[in-house]
Amino acid sequence: MRSRRSTRIRHQRTVATFNAEDEALLTALQRAAYEYLVRYRNPGNGLVADTSRPGAPCSIAVVGFALSCWVIACERGWLPRTQAAQQTLISLRFLLASRQSDDPQASGYRGFYYHFLDMQSGARVWNCELSLIDTTLLLAGVLTVGRYFDRPHEAEIRDAAEALYQRVDWCWAQDNAPTLSQGWMPEFGFLHYGWEGYNEALILYVLGLGSPTHALPANSFTSWTLTYQWERLLGFDVLYSGPLFTHLFPHAWLDLRGIRDAFMREKRSDYYHNSCRSIALQREYCERNPRQQLGYGRDLWGISAGDGPNVYGVRAFGTDHRHFGYMARGVPFGPDDGTLCPWAMLATLPFAPEAALAGTRQLLARFPQVCPEQRFVSGFNPGVETERGGWLSEGWYGLDQGLVVMAIENARSGLIWSLLRDSPHVRRGLKRAGFTGGWLT
Amino acid sequence: MTRRPGSPALRRRLAPAARTRIHDLLVIGAGPAGLRAAELAARLGASVALFEPRRLGGTSLNTGSVPSKALIRSATLFAALREVTRLQHPDGRDVPPADLQRIASRLRQIEARLLGYHSLERLQRLGIDVYPEAARFVDARTVAAGSARFQFRKAVVATGARPTLPGIPGLAEGAYVTSESIFALEQLPARLAVVGGGPLGCELAQAFCRLGSEVTIIQDEAKFLPREERDAAQILAQSMARDGVTIFLNTRVTGARVEGPLTTLETENYRTRRPVAAERVLVSVGREANTHGLDLAAAGIACAADGAIVVDAYLRTSNPRVYAAGDVCMPHMYTHVAQNTGQIAALNALQNARQRHTDLTIPWCTFCVPEVAHVGLQVWEARELSIPIKTYTIMMQDVDRAITDRQENGFVKLHVAEGKDRILGATIVASRASEMINEICVAMHTGIGLRALARVVHTYPSQSAAIRLAALSFQELPDATPAPLAVPPASRRRGSRRTRKRP
Repeated sequence: MRSRRSTRIRHQRTVATFNAEDEALLTALQRAAYEYLVRYRNPGNGLVADTSRPGAPCSIAVVGFALSCWVIACERGWLPRTQAAQQTLISLRFLLASRQSDDPQASGYRGFYYHFLDMQSGARVWNCELSLIDTTLLLAGVLTVGRYFDRPHEAEIRDAAEALYQRVDWCWAQDNAPTLSQGWMPEFGFLHYGWEGYNEALILYVLGLGSPTHALPANSFTSWTLTYQWERLLGFDVLYSGPLFTHLFPHAWLDLRGIRDAFMREKRSDYYHNSCRSIALQREYCERNPRQQLGYGRDLWGISAGDGPNVYGVRAFGTDHRHFGYMARGVPFGPDDGTLCPWAMLATLPFAPEAALAGTRQLLARFPQVCPEQRFVSGFNPGVETERGGWLSEGWYGLDQGLVVMAIENARSGLIWSLLRDSPHVRRGLKRAGFTGGWLT
Repeated sequence: MTRRPGSPALRRRLAPAARTRIHDLLVIGAGPAGLRAAELAARLGASVALFEPRRLGGTSLNTGSVPSKALIRSATLFAALREVTRLQHPDGRDVPPADLQRIASRLRQIEARLLGYHSLERLQRLGIDVYPEAARFVDARTVAAGSARFQFRKAVVATGARPTLPGIPGLAEGAYVTSESIFALEQLPARLAVVGGGPLGCELAQAFCRLGSEVTIIQDEAKFLPREERDAAQILAQSMARDGVTIFLNTRVTGARVEGPLTTLETENYRTRRPVAAERVLVSVGREANTHGLDLAAAGIACAADGAIVVDAYLRTSNPRVYAAGDVCMPHMYTHVAQNTGQIAALNALQNARQRHTDLTIPWCTFCVPEVAHVGLQVWEARELSIPIKTYTIMMQDVDRAITDRQENGFVKLHVAEGKDRILGATIVASRASEMINEICVAMHTGIGLRALARVVHTYPSQSAAIRLAALSFQELPDATPAPLAVPPASRRRGSRRTRKRP
């Protein structure tokens, strides 16, 4: 009979190895990020707040990260398995019972969820959109717990995870088009923001293609990839996408090392290496620092989507000193207003461990204010003068914290990658997207 | 074909004998396509009649490329003046809005000067019979103009296109202008709402903003310039926002109401409904072919659903005697396309030259700041055709001349067949992209690849050096691939080790 602390998960210690000093730093930062999810979770329904700011609603994507992090906490010994299972069940039961209808006050529709929900009731807030990508990140977490809790008495978790995944009507979200829409609003219908080029939607298509009930047609993925552009940019061959998070989110769950779709076969690369190169590209850009942003350098980078200053900047003789507030920033095409995402370098740990650690250490040494309670804030702009030594985002964002926990874990143990490599839905989705080779063989 | 001595057009028009002659070539429309066709035909010795009820020069000269570029030039100077003033007076002194009357006067002078190259007198000296009347087809080889009829051996229809008016309820009563009427404004509107984010809408929105108007641009798609790639459209949007243009993307105009001097547009996007009030509304949502009143059916000339005349690769319509050229038949409604298709139509009609308009390498440019120019295939077009393609990109912020001139917004992208050095297309976003793209056109037209382009010495410092840098990057070694993390092979997927527990 197995010990209660043992596991059947056979994740690989295949990733980077770290020395004791690095291990200590990573453990501290991972634990602190994890504590956000604990502290800002509603224990009654399992919803987790989008940010630490008072009155913040739940972000449905953060729930997906949190579910995955309960697994990590369990393996790290921070959370007893029974308690992890219990709080997972609370989330899944609440989600299953939450109202799915076209009523603007519901929690979701057609299996998808609204981007932001009331922390208590789970009802839609802020007239937000029914979000495909945020629902996908939730479902990635749902599938993770569905794979992890594999003991007989944990069957309800597995059943609930299956039910939540299988009820999502991916085909409806195509809105009669070859590719997916970006969302839906009961007041206005489908949203078409024009997803042109590569971005984090990779995981959206994989889960949509893997559905046993409402699977997307295979040509939906190929139609989307028609907008890809393979570029030689700043000395790197990349499938470009500006904000760093787009290169990280799909990889928080999917092990894309060594497996290739048709596009990557043509380019003799894979999405994992593409993220590696995109990170190298960011470092190169920040070293060149064409906009002469304060702080940027080879070991200080991390430009992504996140909070930023909204102060008015004057345009003077061809230079642009505007700031953009909350914005998906990207380089080299912009926008770049000098705002860094302090969590971003650490979140690249599974791809560029040396760069991630060097950057994180320099950031902590030069600007320790970006990491209150050992937890990185969403945005930091050292070029905007404040009493705090640069503009700092208030509080913390759940997405950042969840990603940090998962990235560190994948780099150290490959736990989440290992779990979803065994998911039949993920395998089916990847294969239907045309992925072959590597562990899919 | 015999060349006739020239004679004054008025006298010719009054001579009954002239009305019954069979012309070698009738040209309907005296815009860039019609003028090019008529002038070339006359130089080739053909008898030519040209029909144009409005001013010679067509849209390009009177309401299109020429006045808009002249206006943009004035706007660029105003923007520079504003920057200099801010530098010299940090207390916030600003430049007053432009005097549009003086600018309009300058536009008229420029138009008159350019029209001089195609004046009535010069056309007549070439032997062209110019009729200031609208023509319509009577049958497959006859047109009527006024009360007269004209037979032709061949004809070219080059009647151009006009702005499309969207069916916005209430807009007809409002103070709206189109690209045809905006250059007649004599007073700068304090507020200008621009409906449509295509090339013309973007150019004029930015120009009027720089002249001092408060401009809001409303685009119903996710990006400006839908025919351009994402990165180009985003840089343009950033540039327009930096200039102070208020941008509504993904936004439809659902109605308009007039209240005194103001027209208020009702707009709706996915999240909000917002009114936009302005003294003037510029409608720029596309153009449609001018075929109304031509009675094309009488000559057996077929039109597409959008009203454009259907032509084959040789610009021949469904009536083998009749050709078409320019905006009336081409999807690319640009002056240079009109001129070149006018030439091809005349040569094919008169000399059976068998030239194909599909063989043209057609560049185009949106003259914003920065300019956005393109030629050849877009990447998505290549991918739809299953052509493996790779893009070599140089950011203008890495080009010395762009840095010295503080014109660093933009890039050069050369799209090349994967594994080869043949250029399939290019997009340039730069302050002088309209000039730089022509280097690529020469390379594409003559088959010069990146290897050869990399050997071409460019002046230093120059913005076009970015093109050479892109060509040089073709010869770089592949980047050092980051060392991959170990990937578990399929057979070892189910390992036995697990994470050590941490206290």
